[in-house]
Amino acid sequence: MKKISAALGLLLLLSSPAFAVTPDEILADPALEARARAITKELRCVVCQGQSVDDSDAGVAGDLRRAVRAQLQKGATDDEARAFLRARYGDVILMRPPMGGRTALLWMGPGLILGIGLFAVWRLTRRAGGAS
Amino acid sequence: MKPDARFLPLILFALLAALCAAPLIKGVDPARHDSALIGKPKPAQPTGIDTKGAPVLVNFFASWCVPCAAEQEDLLALSRAGLAVYGVAYKDDPKAVRDFLRRHGDPYRGRTQDGGAVALDWGVTGVPESFLVDGQGIVRARWQGAVRRDEVEKALAALKEKTP
Repeated sequence: MKKISAALGLLLLLSSPAFAVTPDEILADPALEARARAITKELRCVVCQGQSVDDSDAGVAGDLRRAVRAQLQKGATDDEARAFLRARYGDVILMRPPMGGRTALLWMGPGLILGIGLFAVWRLTRRAGGAS
Repeated sequence: MKPDARFLPLILFALLAALCAAPLIKGVDPARHDSALIGKPKPAQPTGIDTKGAPVLVNFFASWCVPCAAEQEDLLALSRAGLAVYGVAYKDDPKAVRDFLRRHGDPYRGRTQDGGAVALDWGVTGVPESFLVDGQGIVRARWQGAVRRDEVEKALAALKEKTP
């Protein structure tokens, strides 16, 4: 039994993670490729919205990966490459939506809820302390 | 304790429930988003779209797409009613497109083959997708999935009201 599990464990070491990025998409320049990977990891796949463009096997995600790489090859900065897609697909394309009127609750929400909780705890402990 | 403080958690819960229930009741689909192009000039591609004065419909489709076949009847009706419909065949084989149009009818005034670059410029996420462009070349509406004739006619009527 131990041998079998050890063998299975070794097999697992041999396996490599499956990447959505296909070899023909990868840029020859490693620095550009690294920037492209960093950008597409922060882009939302427009078909399967929980995944990043870097992770997704969807055809459109492949097009977006190639589009980002083409922009970088043309000399665009990271921000320009992001803006290129944002102009076409909107804020949805960004995994971290920009802070704004509609997203304020999204960004502030957790802090707000924590604040309410802390306030409640403070009130309750103060009252308990006063009673004893 | 003041008497009304007891109801505070209940009131907070009711507010939270209302906040969550509102989009459910209204039928808001969080996976659907307005196009980033709305209110902006239409992309340069595909060329050959004449928006001089009259609105046009730009329809992304493919022969391998089932809802595309389903919407052809509505597109044909719109085209017969006088709306210029332009087709962009998305990642498709020209021969397959011709066969598709022979089977389902051809509503298009002009048609382009696209390997994905045109769709990217319009922010298309999948076929079918349709855009209503007004007479000044400004994108006014977008439909993801099969578009219905009455939806387009409603949008056209709204356009007419804005620009008499």
